[in-house]
Amino acid sequence: MKTFFPALVAAAGLLLAGVAPAKDITLLNVSYDPTRELYRQVNGAFAAQWKAQHGDSVTIQMSHGGSGKQARSVVDGLSADVVTLALAYDIDAIADHGLLAKDWQKRLPSNASPYTSTIVFLVRKGNPKDIKDWPDLVRPGIQVVTPNPKSSGGARWNFLAAWGYALKQPGGNDDKARAFVRELYGHVPVLDTGARGATNTFVQRGIGDVLIAWENEALLARQELGKDKFEIVVPSLTILAEPPVAVVDANADKHGTRAVAEAYLQFLYSPQGQEIAAKNYYRPRSPEVAARYAGQFPATHTFTIDEVFGDWRQVQAKFFNDGAIFDQLGAGN
Amino acid sequence: MSGRHPSRPWGWPRRLVHLGLILAALVFLMLFLVLPLATVFVEAFRQGVSPYVASIQQPEALSAIRLTLLVAVIAVPLNVVFGVAAAWAMARFDFPGKALLGAFIDLPFSVSPVISGLVYVLLFGAQGWFGPWLDAHGVKIIFAVPGLVLATIFITLPFVARELIPLMQSQGSEEEEAARVLGASGWQMFFRVTLPNIRWGLLYGVLLCNARAMGEFGAVSVVSGHIRGLTTTMPLEVEMRYNEYDYVGAFAVASLLALLALLTLGIKTLLEWRYGDELAHAPGGH
Amino acid sequence: MRRRVLPGFGISLGYALAYLGLIVLLPLAALAWKASGIGVRELLHLLSTPRTLAALRLSLGGALLAALVNVAAGLLVGWVLVRYRFPGRRLFDALVDLPFALPTAVAGIALTTLYAPNGWLGGWLAPMGIQVAYTPLGAFVAMVFVGFPFVVRTLQPVLASLERDVEEAAESLGARRWQTFFRVILPMLAPPLLTGFALALARAVGEYGSVIFIAGNIPMRSEIVPLLIVQKLEQFDYAGAAALGVVMLLLSFALLVAVALLQRWSRRWAEHAA
Repeated sequence: MKTFFPALVAAAGLLLAGVAPAKDITLLNVSYDPTRELYRQVNGAFAAQWKAQHGDSVTIQMSHGGSGKQARSVVDGLSADVVTLALAYDIDAIADHGLLAKDWQKRLPSNASPYTSTIVFLVRKGNPKDIKDWPDLVRPGIQVVTPNPKSSGGARWNFLAAWGYALKQPGGNDDKARAFVRELYGHVPVLDTGARGATNTFVQRGIGDVLIAWENEALLARQELGKDKFEIVVPSLTILAEPPVAVVDANADKHGTRAVAEAYLQFLYSPQGQEIAAKNYYRPRSPEVAARYAGQFPATHTFTIDEVFGDWRQVQAKFFNDGAIFDQLGAGN
Repeated sequence: MSGRHPSRPWGWPRRLVHLGLILAALVFLMLFLVLPLATVFVEAFRQGVSPYVASIQQPEALSAIRLTLLVAVIAVPLNVVFGVAAAWAMARFDFPGKALLGAFIDLPFSVSPVISGLVYVLLFGAQGWFGPWLDAHGVKIIFAVPGLVLATIFITLPFVARELIPLMQSQGSEEEEAARVLGASGWQMFFRVTLPNIRWGLLYGVLLCNARAMGEFGAVSVVSGHIRGLTTTMPLEVEMRYNEYDYVGAFAVASLLALLALLTLGIKTLLEWRYGDELAHAPGGH
Repeated sequence: MRRRVLPGFGISLGYALAYLGLIVLLPLAALAWKASGIGVRELLHLLSTPRTLAALRLSLGGALLAALVNVAAGLLVGWVLVRYRFPGRRLFDALVDLPFALPTAVAGIALTTLYAPNGWLGGWLAPMGIQVAYTPLGAFVAMVFVGFPFVVRTLQPVLASLERDVEEAAESLGARRWQTFFRVILPMLAPPLLTGFALALARAVGEYGSVIFIAGNIPMRSEIVPLLIVQKLEQFDYAGAAALGVVMLLLSFALLVAVALLQRWSRRWAEHAA
């Protein structure tokens, strides 16, 4: 936080006068909504490490918002050195506009996702509606809160988790999955534009019986807003959410920040970075760190996007483009 | 006011009708205006005074306040100069297309704020008309302070002009013509005759322009980029904190904006009360 | 000739036009240009998708209803503020402009907090089965809020200048009070009411900041057109976003022209009457 002030003054000067700041290195990390707490800690730790190793002080500026909106801003000229978004499709979109290499996802280990999460249910204390698994969400009278998958990257994982669950049931096929998901979204009273908005709606406004959320978001909400008010329910089968990270080549090269930007992302894979991720309720990739936080993350049966759906481009075309399956659900309601 | 007509045998007692109407109006005003305003302050102080003070003193809040002031300090004077020029042309001269010009001046009032932001993205964004050129020359407009200023200027453009045009029309030009006949130069006439005549109306316009400039959300949101501490104005900071479960913080910043709104209304009322005769009541502008 | 006596026509008009051109017209031209990226057929298709139609219905229908409510409420409040003296009148008069001065984001979170099922008003309405926040009703409430001052402020000067003699004459001729109101007063108030109505409507149609907090934003149900534009933008559908933007812009402009015509008509009407 202390680095904010000089950075602000320097940056304000930069913006007004178009002069580059003297020695401090500034990185812009354009991220999605629920990573605020995570990157607040990562940034402090990384800056300290970089200062110790190289002597330069690094200031990392953050921009948070819905994943798709953030990708759009980068395409429109928000000069992010690194992007840390909710799903690969959004970074693909940036790559499509030539700002980074198309094979960006191969440049870092584990699909360029240093941490993962999964989709769980947040219910009110005592689980009054007795929600245990996906089919319970479509029981009569149950209200489900989840954001709009067309505007929220996080919500696309929710949608796909539900679809994948239905698909993988005995005798499951696309038609049955479609019927299940259509019914599920019929139980949604508020379709917020972003994941944070949905959490607010459920937690603060008291709307709905169950919130479909990322595990990290559910754990954080419970932590921040009262352990005695909410419980987390892990469904029998869910999706492995892999939020990816990438250096935006064009911007990093223009700013001359590639080395720092790459080190910043590598730091996420380091033991210290993994530890911070775990503390912020993201599942670490590192087995050692994961073992230490095993109590926090219950075992789950998960499937990945690649296993069930191919890749994100296919997912986008099949489900979320205008006129695709999600829109058809809406039209049928 | 009400005692002049005795109530008639077939009507309700006049006083009762008055009382009923007053009550109905007050209930509406309480429900729709007073209660939302009160909510802001109640929520801001929900956990007491010190969390409130602490959340306003955070660097993000301070930088948001500073940015909001900076944007207003640039946008408002520019719109004042425009407003005076447009009012002078429209109130003192006849020319073809005057009505159309008036409609164009009003246009930003009814353009959805989202569109006001969008148009600048289409112009100056990396994919926009001037994007590549700006990028090649290292000029940043969108996702930086200039973009915020531009969007704010767009949104608040009509305020001063809308206030001055009817005022200057109603005042007429006799004094200015007399000054000219007596040998005053154009600028002398402007500073000694025109400006003193319109000063209160001008102040009034500036006040409303400023309130909107500091409070704009939709347009600014589209062009901001939401870089914490850098391109985040107060209304955006409110939204951001709200999304971080920091409700006290969100309402604390919101309460500053609400105070600004109250201050604006206070000065405005004072102006109307003190200089009501010199102010033209231009409907619809604000 | 005026023009010879008073200086500065060229410079003031030139400056105003240049400024207006750069700030307003050039950006709007970019919008129109971008919108032209999709053809007429695609535009019609875009406008006729159920989701767009539903959003248009809420934006226009909600704004229309809100403007109507504001006409009624504005008439009541304007009448009371001009005609009656009561303690706190000046305070309430000043408060009328609150929606102009209060940032829309602040209004949005305040209204949501009030009308959520666990809020002050929402908690009171919920047992009656009325849910405001996160329904189209919420969007309507926000629209009423942002448009409220227009009718009052257009009405007040006209009300204040209404000659009491006319009413008194009517009453002394034996007209009942409601007859006087409906046959004599209301027709005189029609022009400012219409102007206020159109302005409130234009404002409510485009409102974004306060509505998105309270509406719930469910496609087909509580989603407004400006939000649809933002969502198109986020899906890199610039042409679609711009096209919807142009449609809304034309609507707004039509409303403004209507206001200008109304004002001219009412001025002429007033001169004629005088």
